[in-house]
Amino acid sequence: MIEKLALIQPEIVLFITTCVVMVIGLSRTYSVRKACATVSGVGIAIAGVLAIFTPQTDSALLPGLIPYAKTLVAGVGLLLLLLLSGVIDRDLELRVTRGEAFEPARANRGEFYSFFLFSLTGVMLCATADDLIWLFLALELASLPTYVMVAISTPRLRSQEAAVKYFFLGAFGAATFLYGFALIYGATGTTYLSEIRDIIGTDGLGAIGTAGFALALLGIAFKIAAVPMHFYTPDVYEGAATPVAAYLAFAPKAAGFLAFLLLTSTIGWTWGANGDALPDAIRVILWIMAALTMTIGNVLALLQTSVKRMLAYSSVAHSGYMLVGIVVGPGDGSFWQNGLSAMLFYLLCYGFMNMGAFAVLACVERMTGPDGEPIELETLDDIRGLCHTHPVMGWSMVLSALSLLGLPPLLGFMGKLLLVTAGLSGGEYLLVVVLLLNSAVAAFYYLRIVAGAMFEAPDARAGDGVLTTHRGRMIAAVASAASVVVLLPFVGPLVRASQRAVALQPTTAIVTMSEEVSDASPLVRVDDDVTQDR
Amino acid sequence: MLLLLVVIPIVAALLIAFASPALARRIAGASSLLFFALTVACAFVFDWSDGAAFQMPFRLPLGLGDDGAAGVALEFGVDGVAMLLIMLTGLLAPLCVFGSFSSITDRVRTYYAWLLALQAPMVAVFLARDLITFYVAFEFTLVPMYVLISLFGSTNRKHAATKFFLFTFTGSLMTLAGLLYVVWFNATQLPLSGLGAGEWSFNIGVLMEAARQMSATEQAWVLLAMMCGFAVKTPLFPVHTWLPLAHTEAPTAGSVVLAGVLLKLGTYGLYRFVIPFVPVAVAEYAPLIAIISIIGIVYAGLICWVQRDVKKLVAYSSVSHLGFCVLGLFALNSVGSVGSVMYMINHGLSTGALFFCVGMMYERYHTRSLEEVGGLAKKMPVWAFFTVFFTLASVGLPGLNGFVSEIMCLLGAFQSGATWGVGGTPGPLGPWFAAVAATGMIIAAIYLLYMVGRIVFGPLREPEGHEHHGPLPVDLNRREILVLAPLAALCLFLGLYPRPALKALEAPVAHALAGVHEHRATMTANTAGALVLVETPPLGAREEATP
Repeated sequence: MIEKLALIQPEIVLFITTCVVMVIGLSRTYSVRKACATVSGVGIAIAGVLAIFTPQTDSALLPGLIPYAKTLVAGVGLLLLLLLSGVIDRDLELRVTRGEAFEPARANRGEFYSFFLFSLTGVMLCATADDLIWLFLALELASLPTYVMVAISTPRLRSQEAAVKYFFLGAFGAATFLYGFALIYGATGTTYLSEIRDIIGTDGLGAIGTAGFALALLGIAFKIAAVPMHFYTPDVYEGAATPVAAYLAFAPKAAGFLAFLLLTSTIGWTWGANGDALPDAIRVILWIMAALTMTIGNVLALLQTSVKRMLAYSSVAHSGYMLVGIVVGPGDGSFWQNGLSAMLFYLLCYGFMNMGAFAVLACVERMTGPDGEPIELETLDDIRGLCHTHPVMGWSMVLSALSLLGLPPLLGFMGKLLLVTAGLSGGEYLLVVVLLLNSAVAAFYYLRIVAGAMFEAPDARAGDGVLTTHRGRMIAAVASAASVVVLLPFVGPLVRASQRAVALQPTTAIVTMSEEVSDASPLVRVDDDVTQDR
Repeated sequence: MLLLLVVIPIVAALLIAFASPALARRIAGASSLLFFALTVACAFVFDWSDGAAFQMPFRLPLGLGDDGAAGVALEFGVDGVAMLLIMLTGLLAPLCVFGSFSSITDRVRTYYAWLLALQAPMVAVFLARDLITFYVAFEFTLVPMYVLISLFGSTNRKHAATKFFLFTFTGSLMTLAGLLYVVWFNATQLPLSGLGAGEWSFNIGVLMEAARQMSATEQAWVLLAMMCGFAVKTPLFPVHTWLPLAHTEAPTAGSVVLAGVLLKLGTYGLYRFVIPFVPVAVAEYAPLIAIISIIGIVYAGLICWVQRDVKKLVAYSSVSHLGFCVLGLFALNSVGSVGSVMYMINHGLSTGALFFCVGMMYERYHTRSLEEVGGLAKKMPVWAFFTVFFTLASVGLPGLNGFVSEIMCLLGAFQSGATWGVGGTPGPLGPWFAAVAATGMIIAAIYLLYMVGRIVFGPLREPEGHEHHGPLPVDLNRREILVLAPLAALCLFLGLYPRPALKALEAPVAHALAGVHEHRATMTANTAGALVLVETPPLGAREEATP
């Protein structure tokens, strides 16, 4: 028990922060209310630091995943927090500054930040999960608050419509994977992932088990917005405020991929010993899911004129790329062959570059209406000539889009490179070709963003386009766009950290995010043997 | 030293981006001259007697890979072929900068910054000894060119730029897949037969040795994948459609760089990767590739014949000319391949210069239509001299550079069909290939001379309403002459005395062709003139049979 509590220290810190934020969000004093964001930030930072020093554990299936995923979530979470600044209670605060009284009943600030933290807690808990029930609760904890976040993100009806859509489809997805979990329990008689793995290792998966895992993966496909559960993405992203859409494009997706990793590790690879690949049925399902997700996502993105919808479909496509890593699995675990670490690394790249694009959209607003209420930009016309009107934002957009496109040598290219080498190593030539063709298709619509921002004359109305007054958003935009270049020298260490994160057996040394290369993980040893043979 | 070649343009581009417009021009001029001087210095340091070796090595590991393994590195080195192409790049750089002083008056900083930023990846492609370095540079040339066309092109520029980007990007993704397959093969499949280090190496030399061990089927697939990218870049029929568009819309210097260097990236890729990596498949499919390039030669030539837009005409003539280049390369013998590499240089000089001439005319008359201008020799004798000179170089007049390489490519294709020794296997091409391709030379003479006849000679015709040239004099000014003169001198020199360049190319080309020749030797030995089956040489055969 104590051991497990030690594992979830970061989550505990986040939970406490959540409670604090919920209370101070209702304070009558403006400065206290305003502190919500700061307090959340401090909480996330502490959680991130604690995550790095997560004690070693034997109970988890992928012990290395815990510190890696939590640190990643905390890091991206901080950027997201910056981005979220100013989403909530704009009207109310405007009215308060005009001298009206503060009405706690109308204020959403506390709820919003605490739901944000709740959701992050859920994502972190996914990484720690060693049990199906825990996994289910963690996934739901990651998702449920997001429904509310979508609903209250803007005062418009569209947001509420989006939230309702998102909620019903989300519930459908949850029911699907819960049904899958139930079948898995029926097939194996236990909910512990490690025990399930042992039982399947000796008895095989069986029909019920296969059905269970298939349903579970299908249900979780909702979280990562993979085909056939991707329908909600464009509508929901469009309805939500842009920063919240950025959040939806990362956090639930990260939770979903962590769950995918855990579930596939339960039935799949054991690092070269036996049962290297996934069972055929599951493998085929994932293969089809990956190919369709990439293709449908990209093709539909081509047809969009709204940048937000385009990015929504592109986030679907990126899920497809990451699924390639899961289909091929860890291979022999080495740097270039490990599909799982390539997937985790791509998740990291995707987190930064996708947020860059969303953040720029969130930063530039247009004042409309007599009371100067700002609305967000979302069509391609709106970002025309952004490099001329707002150079910093424009270039951030261009960098992010080029990285999403996979232009070498930016971060997105590095992520794809690893996925491709892993795919080739796993013998998935066709899937690799599909991935590359999709990158070419994706170039079409990312180039439209780039060309619009760089070359076209500013829209006649763009004179109204103003930078947001929220510094945090701009910092988030610039920081995430810069990271596609700044992180380049650290690609090697980051991928090695991902390799350690997906190692099945606990390593001898304490697994940390430290970038020491001497870490004697089993993956590295495989390669050493080969070198000695030579 | 080689690193400096890449760093100087980047630093200059950054400086220009933050300098004042007047200063931008000066920085651009100075840095491009420095860049040129450095390529010349490299050529002096380079040991030409050992042209096949990769000299002046530079290696900076990037830490991408398993611990202790080779992994990805920033790795440079030049052989004779790369050195010549780098010198071509170096020569064109200052010419492009000086050639655009009068045509670019708006957004000067942006223009020169991107023009210089283009030099770095171009030269890095020729320098690269690491696969990822090569690929990154190869792809990154797209961005500056895309910007140059989109911002400084003529009316239809956005469409042209997008088409250019998408065609080449899509093609090279497939090339990447093929090359990564080789990397994977080297790392995981070779050790199974007791060869190779069993690590993920990206060194081009290591991969070349490894790739030759692949089975014929694998080689064929890798060939297909690599051709996807390089054929688009070259460009070969039928994926050439982006080129005329890009050329027509690009600003003059953009066209010059595009024709002079960027297209060479494709043929250089064929020379550096396709031929040495997959000799078995190359030997088998060379006739097919040759036929495609011959179709390109004739088809593009016929299109030129009916063109009314001078720039488009020169652009299509590029497609036709590069067909000769590929034909010579895939003749797979020394004459043809040396001629082909020579063709890369010569095409860069003469077609680049032709684009300059067309640009200078455009600056004065703001039209490129054959219908609207004519007989300019009466008004602009100096310009007319250069235009006729470079046209003749392009046509292949003996005594000028085009002739040497064109005849070598055709000769190579002609001789290629000969068998080697008694009972040897015949080469891939033959007299028929050369015969059909030679019609391309005739067509080239027709359309280029037709163009010259229209715009240079005959009665003087000027566009309606044309009264003055703006700030430019009637004929070329001293700056413009200085841009064209070095190119003309080189064309004449390489036409009259190509020996040193050809000699320098022999060793590296022989090195690249070694795999093909060895394959033919093995086949001759195996079959003794009977049934010809394409099979891989047995694993490990390479070590004994190194020439």
